[in-house]
Amino acid sequence: MKIAVCVKRVPDTEARVKIGAGGKAVDEAGVKFVLNPYDEFAVEEALRRKEQAGTGEVVIVCLGPAAAQETIRTALAMGADRGVLLQADAIPADGFEVAKALAAELRPGGYDLILFGKMAVDDYNQQVGPMVAELLDLPCVTSIVHLDLTAGAGVAEREIEGGVEVVEFPLPAVLTAEKGLNEPRFPALKGIMAAKKKPLETKPVALGAGGVEVVALTTPAERTAGKIVGEGAAAVPELVRLLREEAKVI
Amino acid sequence: MAPRFQGVDFYDMDGLLMEEERAVRDTVRAWVDERVLPIIGDCYVAGRFPKELVPQMAELGLFGANLPEEYGCAGLGNVAYGLIMQELERGDSGVRSFASVQGGLVMYPVYAFGSDAQKRSWLPRMASGEVIGCFGLTEPDFGSNPAGLITTARETKDGWVLNGAKMWITNGSTAQVAIIWAKTGPPEDVASIRGFLVPTDTSGFSAKDQQGKLSLRASDTSELVLQDVHVPKDAVLPGSQGLKSPLLCLTQARYGIAWGAVGAAMACYDEAVHYAKARVMFGRPIGGFQLQQARLADMLTEITKAQLLCLQLGRLKDKGAATPQQVSLAKRNNVDMATDVARETRRLLGANGILAEYQAMRHLANLESVYTYEGTHDVHTLILGQEITGLSAFA
Amino acid sequence: MSRVLAVCEQRDGVLRKVSHEVVTAARRLADALGGEVDALVLGAAAVRGTDVLGRYGADRVVTLTSAAFRRSAPEECAGTIAGRVQSGGYDTVLLAASATGKDLAPRVAAKLGVALAQDVTDATAESGVVTAVRPIYAGKVLLKVRLTARPAILAIRPSVFTPVERPRAGAAETAAVDVAAGRVVVREVKAAAAGTLDVGEASIVVSGGRGLKEPANFKLLEELAAAFGGVAAVGASRAVVDAGWRPHADQVGQTGKTVSPTLYIAVGISGAVQHLAGMRTSKVIVAINKDKDAPIFKLADYGIVGDLFEVVPKLAAEIKKVYG
Repeated sequence: MKIAVCVKRVPDTEARVKIGAGGKAVDEAGVKFVLNPYDEFAVEEALRRKEQAGTGEVVIVCLGPAAAQETIRTALAMGADRGVLLQADAIPADGFEVAKALAAELRPGGYDLILFGKMAVDDYNQQVGPMVAELLDLPCVTSIVHLDLTAGAGVAEREIEGGVEVVEFPLPAVLTAEKGLNEPRFPALKGIMAAKKKPLETKPVALGAGGVEVVALTTPAERTAGKIVGEGAAAVPELVRLLREEAKVI
Repeated sequence: MAPRFQGVDFYDMDGLLMEEERAVRDTVRAWVDERVLPIIGDCYVAGRFPKELVPQMAELGLFGANLPEEYGCAGLGNVAYGLIMQELERGDSGVRSFASVQGGLVMYPVYAFGSDAQKRSWLPRMASGEVIGCFGLTEPDFGSNPAGLITTARETKDGWVLNGAKMWITNGSTAQVAIIWAKTGPPEDVASIRGFLVPTDTSGFSAKDQQGKLSLRASDTSELVLQDVHVPKDAVLPGSQGLKSPLLCLTQARYGIAWGAVGAAMACYDEAVHYAKARVMFGRPIGGFQLQQARLADMLTEITKAQLLCLQLGRLKDKGAATPQQVSLAKRNNVDMATDVARETRRLLGANGILAEYQAMRHLANLESVYTYEGTHDVHTLILGQEITGLSAFA
Repeated sequence: MSRVLAVCEQRDGVLRKVSHEVVTAARRLADALGGEVDALVLGAAAVRGTDVLGRYGADRVVTLTSAAFRRSAPEECAGTIAGRVQSGGYDTVLLAASATGKDLAPRVAAKLGVALAQDVTDATAESGVVTAVRPIYAGKVLLKVRLTARPAILAIRPSVFTPVERPRAGAAETAAVDVAAGRVVVREVKAAAAGTLDVGEASIVVSGGRGLKEPANFKLLEELAAAFGGVAAVGASRAVVDAGWRPHADQVGQTGKTVSPTLYIAVGISGAVQHLAGMRTSKVIVAINKDKDAPIFKLADYGIVGDLFEVVPKLAAEIKKVYG
């Protein structure tokens, strides 16, 4: 079972985000970077599939700056076998450019399964996985919360508005992982030490400027505090009156 | 729900760590946030050690993490080991005590003084958490003065017979094996102290938890009684001889504790900062009042100093150059400052600070034990005094 | 002249209301670019509700039918849409960034070899170039971009582009299309419990957190939601989802859903940053919490400090009087 997992190095979601001086990028000074949380589900699923098959290879592919080697090693520490860093100092705002670079790397790989996290928690683009699937002409199922594999095929569940969709698809396929797919393992200490010795190839990649030009980054207007209507159940009639007559939402 | 811990790193200590050290720290940090913190307040109040965490700790490889890979251990360096202790104690001193004992006071003596057969037999099972151990040195009448211990080991035709009592033994009631330090000669013969691997189900061995603790409540602290406990010849740790053997083990554990105390202080400081920014009194956050700012500035200063102390100590230890006196300085300073940080956090939290829902008072109570065990603060003072002057002021 | 395509959504043969928002946004762009709006609907047969699309600004409403469009079929739809964009010479394409749309839009963009602006909250055109604003970093930052590729493809966030009537002809066309079978097959849809509205779609959301103390107490919120007469959904904070009290589908927040209802009532939720990220764009926020210092009050338009176990039942009773 040969599985590729595409991962991204992103700022820790708890980090306070500051806009850089030029107003066109986020200030990265002092920011802690982590493996994209949605990608953790993808890595974990890949490891479980390989463990279930008893044999195989899990390859981590990442487009990012040199520092992303550390991100790849986090995935190797969880148990992946080797990594490939497509090194680019700046990741374009155009997800299609990212998808093209990843697809070119993945195409000759002969993968049975290519996994992504549903989206990156920095750019919230939520597109690279399905775009790669299109470029590789592979079936794609997004936001999966459950996966079963048989020989040459798979069944996945995904949350949709109003329920859960159960879908079948042939392999090879591209899947993107939603929270709830599994509970990712903590990298064990032995895994961290072993990761240092696993193969990690770095390849420079040239990306086009793409079709998305950043104009500016701004912070949204602060919502100001409203009013405390009162205390306890006694305040309820007044609240309902305000919602009706002032806010006009009921 | 508390936000995930972001660390306290005012002087960019992260920049001085190797990638694998950061990775080790991060994985234990995440585990503590997800598995320890949600339950530890309740365990503390209930007086229960969360035994269910042991398999998880073993799976992560936290036991004997700095011992070699050939015994099923992670083979980490000493800074990584220290960071593990830091993050565990950020959770609770009782959880860190468990790991300190298992790794530094049980696996370490087997590794340092054991035969190849003993190492191969015990270490992998201890690393996996299958076998829990405890360290039996302290006695009811011999704490700060371990040289005076009176547990005896009399040699017989086919083994040894041990008699005596031990007290304040972490993990005592849950351990499958106890490392018992006993004199093979007369009471005044300190050099006759040797270490023995005693399975706790051996006839004559009993362990009982000590009740009524107001500190380290999420930890098993036990009395051990050995009444004509027969063990085979190969129960002795062949490399052990004299007091320096158990003291060497204690130095390992003390090193971890110097880091652990920093973790406890970081937890309290972090809690203090969040609270100070959110708690409103007199119309504004209390973090804007001068006296609270002074508290926070002092805390950050002491934590930063202690972190750098630990890091250099760890680097010296990696080179094989760390002396027990250097470890004494770190343990003494860091535990003392952590107790201050915990107390000041408790005060900053006001009335909320007495609730188990908040961490400060639990850490404060725990740290009183950490101040006393592994060499009391005062004992380390005299160790340093002797090192500085060449004169013993012990007794 | 600009040609803007508004890709609509239908479910079970009925047009989904988010389509009004897509057409509204398309009309706004077309007016700025100087052009026309075609609404595109894919269905198994004629779709109910498409006749109002002219009111929201569609010059034409094109319905393409195929048995393949009976169920959600992103592969099949993407192929048809991309083909239509090319054959129709559209320079701008809008879709809804609903759960369906967020899956569909990247496929369409990739088939056309162009960029996609996902989850857009504002869109305008300046000098013939479409600019879009999208929230990033969990809504902590707004990113403004120019879409320089042709066609410009945008997926707009639901409940942001309030439908506005700018009536156009809305001339209806219907055609059957051949669609190559997709490789992903929907075996079944396990419907959520009858009557439960999706948190991401409801116009009123009542959310609960740890303050509810036990999973059984969510019954209070279900009763409050029911008092609104079927338009309210019950949401949950991450803490109670992680604790297993509520399903992940109900989670509002950074690792759950981002919602923008008309009214959001946060009950026993302290207001952690990650939760706020998921609901801060709600039109009106009400907070009920016993802690007057809870961060949620800094964001709420109206708040009641008190015991939710007393306040919520009273609120449900009062709301029932309003809704009858």
